[in-house]
Amino acid sequence: MSVALYRIDDRLIHGQVVVGWGQSVAAGFIALVDDAIRASDWERELYRMGVPASVEVRFAGVAEAAAQAPAWEAEPRSGIVLTADIATMAALCAAAPSVRRVNVGGIHFRPGRKERLRFVYLADEEAAALRALAATGVTVTAQDVPTAAPVPLEAFT
Amino acid sequence: MSEAIRGVVVTHADLAAALVAAVRAITGDEGGLVAMSNAGTDRAALARLIGEAAGPAPAPVLVFTDLVGGSCTAAAATVARERSGMRVVSGVNLGMLLDFVFHREEPLDAAAARAVAAGRDAVREVGR
Repeated sequence: MSVALYRIDDRLIHGQVVVGWGQSVAAGFIALVDDAIRASDWERELYRMGVPASVEVRFAGVAEAAAQAPAWEAEPRSGIVLTADIATMAALCAAAPSVRRVNVGGIHFRPGRKERLRFVYLADEEAAALRALAATGVTVTAQDVPTAAPVPLEAFT
Repeated sequence: MSEAIRGVVVTHADLAAALVAAVRAITGDEGGLVAMSNAGTDRAALARLIGEAAGPAPAPVLVFTDLVGGSCTAAAATVARERSGMRVVSGVNLGMLLDFVFHREEPLDAAAARAVAAGRDAVREVGR
């Protein structure tokens, strides 16, 4: 499979993704799945800014990403697919059944969320949404950087 | 002479605090730089904290960030897009900050360009 990582990370394209995971999986492309960013020239430019020229950055809404997922997975280059939140990843998984593994990479504190891991804060309904995603057959683990061990869903929800 | 520029250093982990402490140790500068970490924040929360550290517009603020593609830079750029009197320079290093604290009263655009030049000038191969 060419997509090495389907990742939920509210920082989207940032150091851990570009440097940590990008190097580890030798990413040739990063696909950022977010309807609002897809529609904003300025935000697209912002997220492209720090990515090495050797890594292609793609922007897609959820429907586009679902349509593109089979092609991304057939590419010879390795790729990373990012969403900022659980709902967007769940929508992508529902529309693209080929997505079988999801990495929870960073969901930070907001009022109403509780600390589950150092890098994962979830409200109860968000934890339930991850369990519901897993119930569809998707393997959900948490892992911030490639050198860390993946944490199974049951250990943080 | 322009109003003194406030410097806000925003980095991963504890790098900003260490850089500001090093500037203080070398120059004795007190208060010219504010250190912030992105630890525990998403982009929106970090942008809010940067805005608070900058204070009200249009007082001049230069934000120094560590990694051009990192969350600190993205958050700072988001704030600077909406706030007048703010510029962002990525790739912060000690040489850049040492130069900045002695030139805080330059016009903001000139100070941003100067910071880029000073940061680049601080990176050299030595000893051969």
